[in-house]
Amino acid sequence: MRPDFSVLLNFWDTLALGAFWTIALTGVASVISVVFGILFAVVALYAPAPIRWPVRAFEWVFMGTPLLLQLFLIYFGLITIGIDLPAFVAGALGLGLYFAVYNSDIIQAGIRAVDPGQTEAARALGLSRWQTIRDVTVPQAVRSVVPPIGNNTIALLKDSALVSVIGVAELTLAAQQAIGRSFRPLEFYVAAAVIYYAINLALEAVLRRIERRISLAR
Amino acid sequence: MSETETYLEIRNAKKSFGALDVLHDISLSVKKGEIVALIGPSGSGKSTLLRAINDLEPLTSGEVWLEGVHVNKPLSANAYESHINKVRQDIGMVFQHFNLFPHLKVRENVTLAPRRLRGISSAEADTLAREELEKVGMLERIDYYPSQLSGGQKQRVAIARALAMKPKVMLFDEATSALDPELVEEVNLVMKKLAQEHMTMLVVTHEMGFAESVCDRVIFMDQGYVVEEGPPEQVFRNPTSDRTRTFLRKSSEH
Repeated sequence: MRPDFSVLLNFWDTLALGAFWTIALTGVASVISVVFGILFAVVALYAPAPIRWPVRAFEWVFMGTPLLLQLFLIYFGLITIGIDLPAFVAGALGLGLYFAVYNSDIIQAGIRAVDPGQTEAARALGLSRWQTIRDVTVPQAVRSVVPPIGNNTIALLKDSALVSVIGVAELTLAAQQAIGRSFRPLEFYVAAAVIYYAINLALEAVLRRIERRISLAR
Repeated sequence: MSETETYLEIRNAKKSFGALDVLHDISLSVKKGEIVALIGPSGSGKSTLLRAINDLEPLTSGEVWLEGVHVNKPLSANAYESHINKVRQDIGMVFQHFNLFPHLKVRENVTLAPRRLRGISSAEADTLAREELEKVGMLERIDYYPSQLSGGQKQRVAIARALAMKPKVMLFDEATSALDPELVEEVNLVMKKLAQEHMTMLVVTHEMGFAESVCDRVIFMDQGYVVEEGPPEQVFRNPTSDRTRTFLRKSSEH
């Protein structure tokens, strides 16, 4: 059997839908990963021990175990205790929290790198500890860590393929479905790879724009 | 304490870092509208004393009072946090390294604290930013970022930022020490203008010329003690202490 890429045309809608879900999954999960990344970082640096330690334990679990296992646990495991999440929500949550832990480490380093004079100036004006963190420290830390967080977002896009195992019809699962009906694995896996790469290029372009806009503001 | 005369008072301030005593039982009082210079060699404790006034540098013992309010009142941690945040709104501070917020425009640097703490509207914030920046001659740079300004311009914006909270007293911690010589004068001019408007000011400075021409009183500190204190003509022309004389001679050599 020789490769015949014309078969892609018969399943273009399956692939297009798959690409759409991959983009949606990456979008939602990366927002979760940044928002919770900031939250975890702030808790790790500023919260009192009774709040800090449970969050840290949670981070260890997410950092120390495979993402695949976490997805199974969130989607299949939580049903046992009555939490029945839709596959997309479970996938976005698992992916987002997993990368939030890595983003948290990066943001903590960014917060520590902010000049202590910034906090002094804010506190001298009468701003509270929390207002200082929110309005002065975190915004500067987040700006300085945009490039490494961007790299994590690209890794997140690629790892979103794992979410296919809990039945979200994202690009990888869509390709498999098309293969199941056409018996053409080479063509569809290559097509999926090309589409991932294209999404990646677009994502990088977006990240570059964000970096440029933010560096102007410094 | 005679409330009418004394505006800002430091009583028996002591500060130690471990075994090192940096302030030995210092007391001083400042009248409303008075401009006081704190001079002395590096490590004399003058910056520590200034930073103790708004509790950026908590005292080991001693009290700070501003217009009848006990600034470093002993309270529980939570109560103290809200107390000190309120008191600090009345104490403007200008730092050697400006400490402008680099991610915010000049306008937002000036209005961040009034917006958060006084709940002013956007329109009021705009008016306030314009007023305060006008005072320091920085109105044309209202929509710039700090990175786009010279050192002297940054310090003038930092002064506007402190003034925007309408403080009762302004603390200057070596406000011109980090500036290129040609940029010092523009900041000095702004400080002189504030002095003419009878702002109560405490100025830690290495510039004897400024201390002599602008300030009502000069306090010379050395090794955590107040060595000499008086009107500038007395401290500069007729110092009573040998240490003051030595310091003044050395600083005029530069």
